[in-house]
Amino acid sequence: MTLFCANGRSDSLVVEGRVLSPAQDIDETLRITVTDGVISTIEPASANELVVAPAFIDPHVHLRTPGREDEETPRSGTEAAAAGGYCAILAMPNTDPVVDSAAVLGALVERAREEAAVPIGFMAAISKGLRGEELTEMVELAATGAAAFTDDGRPVESAGLMRRALQYSGLSKLPLALHCEEPTLSRGGHAHEGAVSAELGLGAYPSTAESVMVERDLALAGAEDRQIHLMHLSARESVAALDLALSRGFSVSAEVTPHHLVLTDEAVRSLDPNVKMNPPLRSEDDRSALRDALRRGAISCIATDHAPHARQEKDVPFEEAPFGVIGLETAFAALYTHLVVPGELSLETLLERMSAGPARVFGLDEPRIAVGARANLAVLDLDAKWTVTEEGFRSLSANSWLLGETLRGRVVKTVADGRLVYQA
Amino acid sequence: MSELRPPVPPRRHLLSIRDLERDDVERILDTAQALSASLDREVKKLPTLRGRTVVNLFYESSTRTLASFELAAKRLSADTMSLRSAGSSVDKGESLKDTALTLAAYDPDVIVVRHPSIGAPQLVARNTEAHIVNAGDGKHQHPTQALLDLHTMREALGRLEGLQVAIVGDVLHSRVARSLIQALGLVGAQALLVGPPTLLPRGVEALGCAVSTDIGSICDADVVYVLRMQAERMAAGEAFVPSLREYTALYGIGPDRVRPGQVVMHPGPMNRGIEIDPRVADSGAALVTDQVRAGLVVRMAVLYDLLVAQPAVRGSGPVEGARENRDAPPVLTTAPEMA
Repeated sequence: MTLFCANGRSDSLVVEGRVLSPAQDIDETLRITVTDGVISTIEPASANELVVAPAFIDPHVHLRTPGREDEETPRSGTEAAAAGGYCAILAMPNTDPVVDSAAVLGALVERAREEAAVPIGFMAAISKGLRGEELTEMVELAATGAAAFTDDGRPVESAGLMRRALQYSGLSKLPLALHCEEPTLSRGGHAHEGAVSAELGLGAYPSTAESVMVERDLALAGAEDRQIHLMHLSARESVAALDLALSRGFSVSAEVTPHHLVLTDEAVRSLDPNVKMNPPLRSEDDRSALRDALRRGAISCIATDHAPHARQEKDVPFEEAPFGVIGLETAFAALYTHLVVPGELSLETLLERMSAGPARVFGLDEPRIAVGARANLAVLDLDAKWTVTEEGFRSLSANSWLLGETLRGRVVKTVADGRLVYQA
Repeated sequence: MSELRPPVPPRRHLLSIRDLERDDVERILDTAQALSASLDREVKKLPTLRGRTVVNLFYESSTRTLASFELAAKRLSADTMSLRSAGSSVDKGESLKDTALTLAAYDPDVIVVRHPSIGAPQLVARNTEAHIVNAGDGKHQHPTQALLDLHTMREALGRLEGLQVAIVGDVLHSRVARSLIQALGLVGAQALLVGPPTLLPRGVEALGCAVSTDIGSICDADVVYVLRMQAERMAAGEAFVPSLREYTALYGIGPDRVRPGQVVMHPGPMNRGIEIDPRVADSGAALVTDQVRAGLVVRMAVLYDLLVAQPAVRGSGPVEGARENRDAPPVLTTAPEMA
């Protein structure tokens, strides 16, 4: 058991539309009846304007609890997830205190059982306090319900500790999810190294700051024959390293964020703190490598890296602003608008990479549309247009790179673990 | 992704040389030239900005920039007020946004901002209706420095079009260099950046300049523009060059590296004996004091330009208030009449 949410009713409802489940090869107009949380019948229906898909899974969310409940809580974060069409999310352990002990993890699990609208899996830290010095008690953490291990927010600097983490985590059977950043190359970096950072004078965060760590971690994981998951890839060089590892049969997976798929470092010219992320937005060439890897499946997951920040902390000069943007409530519409509508990515691939892809990597049940399956459904209105506004978010934070933008495609209904958790 | 958000702030401010076009630069330089004449008068004050308020908001130490902005505003009869971070509410932890909102409550016409962080003038611009002049934001921009440098070059050499300007030293950390490269490009001059590879930003060629690591390549330049070499660049973990000694040997501008006919400029403050030899700094080729003098008239011209001279820009900004409808002060309608 690695997903936790508030126990409650199981709902009964009927949805119908174009049912699109790429992982199951389903594309038909159908009526789906859910009885007490379980899909009871599936029958032919007449066409309407809606698409019904397996609900989404986000493998990379910062819920900021414990420590920064003003920015996000399990309740607000899962309400945001529900509005984004998600039926499960994985939360990062870089909280205060860090999720590095069974006590902290246990308290979070309890809280999720009280207030999570959508099931949450909690990742635990690789190293105590994220300090990169000593391993956490991975076996006990796994027994308490950890979904995976990560020091996300910072890299595991020491190659020696990384190797031990790979070896020891084998006892837990859980994968390591890695934030790849060589800190001596990224130090002082606020933007991708290139023409934009050169012109703006922003500290450069070169692509190699990511890719040399990707290469190191792949070398170690290959040697130890352990599974790793590469988080929020941003650079072409990292994709090349991933491809090489896959061709050698390594057990490696990777994720990419909506903002790295849509924006480039040109957006940074605005000096808007809401386009400041780690890793930074990179060049057109990097973006096209990421899109290509997503299409091919080398990158199998879309992850929002939903990173809420308090308004006062983003309302500062660009250089002083913290890294990170929110994304749960806009991921589908942003990618539908910017990738699917212009023909860059098929709707089928987008849906697969937002649902079955992440489920497979983290060993979660794949949301499926089948009689007898627990209902996990996202109902989408592809023609709907809506404008992203600060007031519209269920998240407690509003640091979105999409503020003011009008998007196409809207989640109108979300069923997570048999419950209707969102209805537009 | 220019469709997502406007890449360039509207031109009711001077945040970056990017905000300007060639016509704007030429108009400002012409105004500065006309204003120079007023400095030779016995009574140096002009009534042009009477009733206007100019606030200088300085979060970084400065001598010449703050002094010249203050004096420029006073010479144009504006009311001025200078706030430094030390001794203000900033000491009590007030955010830049709140300081900007506080100042905005006094309804200033112009806020001149210097700040160590890139993006600070943009933040002030988002939160007030005043015209914002960037007096230096981190390593980003220092547009009035570039304009005063162009003015100095034009006065000394009689032209800007076709000039070759070698910018020597720590380009990576220099807002002066970034602004100057763009300004030179606007007026048809050529910039050549010369320095060690570790102090030349990757990708800077995209600004339209040439790049070299060979100090010998400055020989064809009309102007040798020497950048300040900051000692903190050699701090632990920040060792961009192995030593000042080797830097000076490789890139210091001594008499042997300046050919007759070349002029030498430096934005100040100079590190004599490091990036520039005292014999060069004190020679007839050096225009350093001309630059300081130009700072005053060019900053007068910038204030004049924002508040009086650019009717085409009026109404183009996102935040237009009653300010734009106020009667313009009944003085100096065009710059040439001042001459």
